[in-house]
Amino acid sequence: MATHSTDGKKSRWSAGVTPYAEMGYYNADYVPKDTDIICAFRLVPQEGVEPIEAGAAVAGESSTATWTVVWTDRLTAHEVYQAKCYRVDPVPGTDQHIAYIAYDLDLFEEGSIANLTSSIIGNVFGFKALKSLRLEDMRIPPHYVKTFQGPPHGIVMEREYLNKYGRMLLGATVKPKLGLSARNYGRVVYEALRGGLDFTKDDENINSQPFMRWRDRFLFAMEAVARAMAATGEIKGHYMNVTAATMEDMYERAEFAKDIGSVIIMIDLTIGYTAIQSMAKWARKNGLILHLHRAGHGTYTRQKTHGVNFRVIAKWMRLAGVDHIHAGTVVGKLEGDPNAIRGYYKTLREDKLAADPVQGLYFEQDWASLPSTMPVASGGIHAGQMHQLLHYLGEDVVLQFGGGTIGHPDGIAEGATANRVAVEAIIQARNEGRDYLAEGPDILARAARWSPSLYKALEVWKDVTFNFEATDVPDAALTSTLNY
Amino acid sequence: MRITQGTFSYLPDLTDDEIKAQVQYCLNNSWAVSLEYTDDPHPRNNYWEMFGLPMFDATDPAAVMYEIAECRRVFPNHYIRVNGYDRQRGRATTMLSFIVNRPPNEPGFQLERQEFGDRRIKYTIRSYAADKPSGQRYE
Repeated sequence: MATHSTDGKKSRWSAGVTPYAEMGYYNADYVPKDTDIICAFRLVPQEGVEPIEAGAAVAGESSTATWTVVWTDRLTAHEVYQAKCYRVDPVPGTDQHIAYIAYDLDLFEEGSIANLTSSIIGNVFGFKALKSLRLEDMRIPPHYVKTFQGPPHGIVMEREYLNKYGRMLLGATVKPKLGLSARNYGRVVYEALRGGLDFTKDDENINSQPFMRWRDRFLFAMEAVARAMAATGEIKGHYMNVTAATMEDMYERAEFAKDIGSVIIMIDLTIGYTAIQSMAKWARKNGLILHLHRAGHGTYTRQKTHGVNFRVIAKWMRLAGVDHIHAGTVVGKLEGDPNAIRGYYKTLREDKLAADPVQGLYFEQDWASLPSTMPVASGGIHAGQMHQLLHYLGEDVVLQFGGGTIGHPDGIAEGATANRVAVEAIIQARNEGRDYLAEGPDILARAARWSPSLYKALEVWKDVTFNFEATDVPDAALTSTLNY
Repeated sequence: MRITQGTFSYLPDLTDDEIKAQVQYCLNNSWAVSLEYTDDPHPRNNYWEMFGLPMFDATDPAAVMYEIAECRRVFPNHYIRVNGYDRQRGRATTMLSFIVNRPPNEPGFQLERQEFGDRRIKYTIRSYAADKPSGQRYE
């Protein structure tokens, strides 16, 4: 076989190493098909590696390529199975580039997040020719969306199930998160729910430890939930965390939660994509709402130049099928640029999204009527921020005030009441057409005149803010954004 | 006790002007406003009685306020709620629902526990008022 063509270039199929870009993994003329999965990667090539070659390498290593030419490619319709990098844009003022790569639908197993992610982030993030690599966004075509179950219930069904409309839902994570006995734990649940919260929650690392075994926690928490329902005439829930070492353990705990009458269970992201999909099917079948805590995501979502952007995790989790997912607060203690978080919330809640660079949305996304996922805002938020929370996060969200409920000087129930009064007062003002963002402090202060619980909450937390620069801001928003 | 179902139960009872502002908000959103009443306030009683059909064609909150006054006149001791309904695809659900009338005395709920072994308990809540036949509950 000739190893070089007449112009001296190595031919596509001759043995040895050929640049990825010359093997068909870069094609500037390629127009993505409606059925393609499209990805935007932020990459930093090593010195001496051309950005186009780096983009082609990502396309190659996340689809059919290996490091050298193999003749067995010629046994296949390789043009189809090759991913194609079709565009590489420099990010001004940096050594970063955004590479756009299209993948044919046939590369992926129907309804499998494990398969999708093994393909797209399986190998390529350790690739030596790149200094760093980040998956920024992904366009999932409706053809693929329709192969997933999605959220067991979705926002509309959850609200109808709970009989709660027109306002943000309220929750709290039981604190201290470790060390309480089951009986004391249930006390916190009871006080918070009877005071006015809709939900309480196990924390991500509350599973079944020596100081409190899962079965005891579930029993005491359910007593608390039932008492609070009788005290208020409302439906209440406690997210019972069924996260465990094996699927068998998780099913056992979930079945138990169902048997004793819980409306909701929870799992952690750490259980893995396949386990999440299994629990999503279980939750659809058994009628329980499924809450997901995104434990561990910060290890790979936070840095601007390496890892996976949370908006991609949000898409995967909506496909995998969770009813709730933590998605940032803007104003609280955890990382989150306001524009980026709006993008996450839209990704979780809306059916059809347009591309919006300012919000970090690289692509349009059509969810094809897949149920929506309720975002959860948790971490360092309090009643005095209610106007900002409504402004940034909207109405279809669970606001979780852990410290902001349990830390109230007059007790947990008073803390819960303060939050509930604040949310209802702000919603009322918004509906009346008032400029609730500007007038928020005044609206809350007026409500505090007749609500001593809110008055105390505003006094205690009035000066608490978390103003730090976000580490991850969409490129298009960099010049225009402050972090609140 | 005070039943805290509905969007605004933690606020002082809304005045008619405040109710009207919320109705206007529904109409601004093209939501159909409806009235429902009940003397069975169990939280899982989804089907309160309809006081007429949803007012799909209402454009003036005064028309809704008239219906609210009528409903209160006929059922002064019942729970009455105002609902805003969005028929949009992907939503097709209630968007706002708040109580505008409640009985002067709310006896609340009894929590019944049925123990069935291994420390498990089946919980049921019952409205004290619902022990009487409908229509005689909040006399």
